[in-house]
Amino acid sequence: MAVAVGRALRLGGRWSAVAPAGPRPQTLRLIYTTTAVRRKNVGASGPEKYTEAFIKKQIEEFNLGKRHLANMMGEDPETFTQEDIDRAIAYLFPSGLFDKQARPMMKHPTEVFPEQRKIQWGEDGRPFHFLFYTGKQSYYSLMHETYEKLLNAQKYQDQLTAQDLPPQKEKKNLAGSRWLTKIELEEMLLEKLSDLDYSRFIQLLQKLLTLPCGDIEEKYIQKFSKEVPAQLKKVVIEPLKYDERGVAFSTGEGTRKTARATVVVYDNGTGKITVNGIDILHYFPVLQDREQLLFPFQFLDRIGKHDMVCTVSGGGRSAQAGAIRLACAKALRSFVTEQEVEFMRQAGLLTVDPRVKERKKPGQEGARRKFTWKKR
Amino acid sequence: DDSLLSEPLSHPDFFNVKELFSLKELFDARVHLGHKKGCRHRFMEPYIFGCRLDQDIIDLDQTMQHLQLALNFTAHIAYRKGIILFISRKRQFCHLVERTARECGEYAHTRYWQGGLLTNAHIQFGPGVRLPDLIIFLSSLNNVFEPHVAIRDAAKMNIPTVGVVDTNCNPCLITYPIPGNDDSPTAMELYCKLFRMTIIRAKDKRRQSEIFNELQ
Repeated sequence: MAVAVGRALRLGGRWSAVAPAGPRPQTLRLIYTTTAVRRKNVGASGPEKYTEAFIKKQIEEFNLGKRHLANMMGEDPETFTQEDIDRAIAYLFPSGLFDKQARPMMKHPTEVFPEQRKIQWGEDGRPFHFLFYTGKQSYYSLMHETYEKLLNAQKYQDQLTAQDLPPQKEKKNLAGSRWLTKIELEEMLLEKLSDLDYSRFIQLLQKLLTLPCGDIEEKYIQKFSKEVPAQLKKVVIEPLKYDERGVAFSTGEGTRKTARATVVVYDNGTGKITVNGIDILHYFPVLQDREQLLFPFQFLDRIGKHDMVCTVSGGGRSAQAGAIRLACAKALRSFVTEQEVEFMRQAGLLTVDPRVKERKKPGQEGARRKFTWKKR
Repeated sequence: DDSLLSEPLSHPDFFNVKELFSLKELFDARVHLGHKKGCRHRFMEPYIFGCRLDQDIIDLDQTMQHLQLALNFTAHIAYRKGIILFISRKRQFCHLVERTARECGEYAHTRYWQGGLLTNAHIQFGPGVRLPDLIIFLSSLNNVFEPHVAIRDAAKMNIPTVGVVDTNCNPCLITYPIPGNDDSPTAMELYCKLFRMTIIRAKDKRRQSEIFNELQ
């Protein structure tokens, strides 16, 4: 008995006394418990964190707060939209934080609180979904449905071969669409997925695609695919405008480092260039800057044919020259064929130069230069 | 209410499950075919009729008796509105089993079994879950040819089990074993059909008895 007690004490458990309700109430039975039994599993305290009543109360409070805010801003409470709310909050609580989601916001509770799953079983205790006991009911029911569609498609194919009809080979356009990502699928199913589950589902869908399927299956697959917008956004080239004298002109804007430039290029000109009301010979004494300005015209063999009037501010000498160059190239797009526009793009005349001054870091003298290293 | 529940218990075969199957049907569905002699489990020897060219043949007379007991038991459970869970880890028949469960209005689990589903249910599902009152194994092995974890868990949680045991399975912890083939598609379709018919029959009988009692 003493040995047993000693062994248990060495293991580090807790003793608790249990008095059995029996014919011998005097004896106490010592049972061995651990701290694990006392520890409350808060993390696994059920899927429902926000009750329906709580969400309803939040919605009422939101609507009341919206009316108060409208009164504060002096606007009509009836026609106060979400954008007005955002503007009002940004005005009343200005914040310099970079992360938009860290700033104060007032949104409808359905956007703030994530969608929760309600209780899965009825009053008699029977769960509603037939795959409830698997744990991941939405995912597995999705797999079940998809597999059923696959079987139907196979049956359809067998019917076609039985009737000796040629198999339909329609190449579906896969280039313009992509499958839903794992996160999007999780949002759709309101359930956590693992990477393996997700990859299995995508493989099933791909297998379904390879078979010739009917309309129903097409619609089903479309639920899980998204259109990918064209990578290259078609830049709209503005048409030429005509001023009072009947001369065609077009405008362009350009930036380089901190310099901003706007340019108006006129047709039927003699090659005169004016910057901020000053001739370029006086504004840009350095040859390099003037060469930068002339480069777009030189590239398109239109040196003496256009007049240019520019306004530029900010930056230094070279930055202003680069900004005007970009603005000029953009303006010249309207005068020129599409092929030449492509040539200009490939030459780099239409790309914004992303290089800006790198910030200085603490512990260093400059952006990259470190302090002089002394051995001792 | 008491008479509703106690009346079926007085008859040996209240739901007349014997008429649902015959020896010929079992034979045509190839239920008597077992695995090879080398795969034979020690505890299945009483149920085996013989061995032909190294392949074990299951005794269909015993299968008939066990099947009748098992179907009668499921009918009683369904009559008393119990939750029935179908389990089969055979990938071929996963869809069939799920479809059967859905048509009966009962539940199925033909996917990877997470460890604490029965034993840790209050934490996995939430407080107040109702566990299944009967578990039907349409194939009692898992994909690694070992006894399914649910057999042991059901025994731990005092849940009765009905299971189709093949010649390489362990019939020990299953309350109503049914020695029979679990690999042929015909055999599986036969079992699904039998279970579906018994459950639907029992539920219809319950509804009729309730209506009858209300009218009185």
